Amino acid sequence: MKQDIRVSSSPQIHDGASTTNIMWSVFFCLVPSAAWGVAVFGAPALRVLCIALVSTAAAEALCARLFGHPLTLWDGSACVSGLLIGMTMPPGVPFYVPVFASFFAMCVVKWTFGGLGRNWMNPALAGRAFAYFSWTHAMTTWTLPGVLRATDALTGATPLGFLKKEMARNTAFYRSPMEYLRTNGYPRSLFDGGLTDWLNAQILDPLGITLPQGYVDFFFGFMGGSIGEVSSLLLLAGTVFLLARKVLTPAIPAAYFGTFGLLVWIFAGLPFSGEYFSGDVLFHFLSGGLILGAFYMATDIVSSPVSLSGQILYGCGAGLLTFLIRSYGSVPDGTALAILAMNVCVPLMNRVLRPSRFGAGKAGKGRPA
Amino acid sequence: MSITGSMNIWKTFPKGGLTPLPMKTRLKDRALWNASIPPLSIVPLLQHKGYPATCLVHPRETVREGMLIGRADSFSGAHVHSPVPGTVKYIEDITLPWGDKTPAVFIELGGEFSRLGKTVYTHPWDGLRADRLLSILADKGLVGMGSGIPVHRKLTIPEGRTVKTLIINGIECEPYLCSDYRIMVEKPEELISGARIAAAITHPGRTIIALSSDGKDAIGALRKKIKELKADIEVRSLWPKYPQGDEKQLIKVLCGEEISPRGTALDTGTVVLNAGTTLSIYEAVVLQKPLVEKTITVAGRALRKQANLKVRIGTPLSDLVEECGGFVQMPAKIVVGGPMTGWGVSELSAPITKTTAGVLFLSAKEVHDSRKTNCLNCGRCLRSCPMGLQPSALYKWVEHSAYEEARSEGLLDCCECGCCAYTCPAQLPLLREIRAGKMILHSGENV
Repeated sequence: MKQDIRVSSSPQIHDGASTTNIMWSVFFCLVPSAAWGVAVFGAPALRVLCIALVSTAAAEALCARLFGHPLTLWDGSACVSGLLIGMTMPPGVPFYVPVFASFFAMCVVKWTFGGLGRNWMNPALAGRAFAYFSWTHAMTTWTLPGVLRATDALTGATPLGFLKKEMARNTAFYRSPMEYLRTNGYPRSLFDGGLTDWLNAQILDPLGITLPQGYVDFFFGFMGGSIGEVSSLLLLAGTVFLLARKVLTPAIPAAYFGTFGLLVWIFAGLPFSGEYFSGDVLFHFLSGGLILGAFYMATDIVSSPVSLSGQILYGCGAGLLTFLIRSYGSVPDGTALAILAMNVCVPLMNRVLRPSRFGAGKAGKGRPA
Repeated sequence: MSITGSMNIWKTFPKGGLTPLPMKTRLKDRALWNASIPPLSIVPLLQHKGYPATCLVHPRETVREGMLIGRADSFSGAHVHSPVPGTVKYIEDITLPWGDKTPAVFIELGGEFSRLGKTVYTHPWDGLRADRLLSILADKGLVGMGSGIPVHRKLTIPEGRTVKTLIINGIECEPYLCSDYRIMVEKPEELISGARIAAAITHPGRTIIALSSDGKDAIGALRKKIKELKADIEVRSLWPKYPQGDEKQLIKVLCGEEISPRGTALDTGTVVLNAGTTLSIYEAVVLQKPLVEKTITVAGRALRKQANLKVRIGTPLSDLVEECGGFVQMPAKIVVGGPMTGWGVSELSAPITKTTAGVLFLSAKEVHDSRKTNCLNCGRCLRSCPMGLQPSALYKWVEHSAYEEARSEGLLDCCECGCCAYTCPAQLPLLREIRAGKMILHSGENV
């Protein structure tokens, strides 16, 4: 009996959270959205996801071996990175792109700094950025979901890409980005029209609101984009689960969406109606990789700040940068770059923004030197 | 004022802490019962922070219930009394759960009880002066149940200091433990008398009984009795968050003052007494009863039944297991004290002492052990630290033997509440390392 009883110092109990169950719960919350990508984009999407997962696992195993660590695949962190790399790629990307992205993410970003917990950037995002700047053409050639495809065209732009490309022309004839997409023939599903009409008739009309067509497609994931970013609905469902299990800290996404939404509302309407406070917040929330980025990338526990004030500043910074890149940069989305830029600031934030110590400079015997 | 004290149930300390905590509700409503008297009592001569009392008995000597068997030699010592009548079998050194070595008197039960089952007489204390009351408390071997400081020492207010607030601490914020709660529910009148005696000694500006806002029965019982007795005592309920019962956090909430991490409550003119201690003050002064009995919670899923018990000091843990119907599964850990700050033991021969608040026999499922990984820099430890420290940083400094850096990061401020290690997903032994670092710094200071 005696040898079964463990004697340890306090605390004697634990809340049960572990690296393994945090990582695997994130993984399984991402799976539905990845599956949606496969469902709408077809076999090429599945191929990209599999290649990314396998090569990330291989890179992790190889690095663990090289650096003389025990194999750490069980902790799930490499699998989350692999899945995220796959999910942030266009469906039709050539096989070597996810392979190189994965190896860069694991070998360079994660393991050169010591593996799990030591990386100072989100490995998946860094891998994606590496691929983006190396094979820009492949990384910006998008496929449309099957249901949206015209008979002859296989490729099509993401909504944000579509908008950015045409922004140079005069957009002042259009009141909003959504109207612009509609008038210029960005494809829409029949489902969108049907559900929007139903929503307007049954729920929104009595409230005096009208939902323009197009948003339903964005919300459910009928649009061009990366494999895992299109279905806002499934990403949000996973987020609710992670928030309830306290795996995600709400401060970062709240600050991120808050800042970004506020800036969009104030300034993003300028190219269209020429007025302040007329930006289309819903459009910008649902398009591009914002939801995936804000809930699953910016909140990466390793590369985000530790204190609450740090997390708020970090979220605000990411929101500001995303807005600037989307509105004025040459890249249509900007979520990935904004988060990477904020990752770099994290060590500084952790150093400066720390909680104040209890009882500092208060009555009593005074502090030791 | 309403029964729930609606306006301040959300009130709690500002920084860090853990909420909600598991395993609180199940035991709260189980009434206290008297545990059986152990056939062999193991009475350590050191049961508090300080030095062992001098042994006054010899092997084969007959002792009476409540007889003085260990004499304190100094102001900071505490007398030890025999919890049972019987014969001293032998006197042997034992190691207490927290590592102190002390001689202990092994008493075999036998003979007649002088108090148990006899008529209890109450002794009026109204006319007694503070120094007389203090000497009664010292005679009865009273020790603070939370702090382990002798009560007469704690209540002796140095010349020139005044007490603004006397706080009776009924928060009991650790998971599992609810013996103080049972005292407040079942013995509100005795508790209030104890608080009045403490007030007669320290002359505070106000007296507050603080408890957790989820303890409705206790709040109701105390408010009712206070009204009946017209006592000048406030009842304040605070949001149940760990470590709300920590002296510093409690004073921060109730008095709005932060004590320097190495200062004492008296620096802000506050005296804090545990609810169990307050009851023992009543028993010592009014019933003239030495501290030989203790209210504890015995819990954990390894036991057949869990209970709130009144036990004799010196009862070995094995007797408690029997009292609770034995094990239904092998415990993964045996803990003396609360789960957050208590000590692990491997032997069932360890005795109950004056400062034991509970004994836990935890199943593997309750312990939640998993594999240790690298620190993830997730910041959970930092956000849960009530002292505003960065436990993961302290851990890394200590791990690399950089003790002076750790000191400047506030290593010595740590109150050892254990919130950091409780929430660490990497399962790092944060508090163990921090404690080790503190010990090294303290030993350096003493050289």
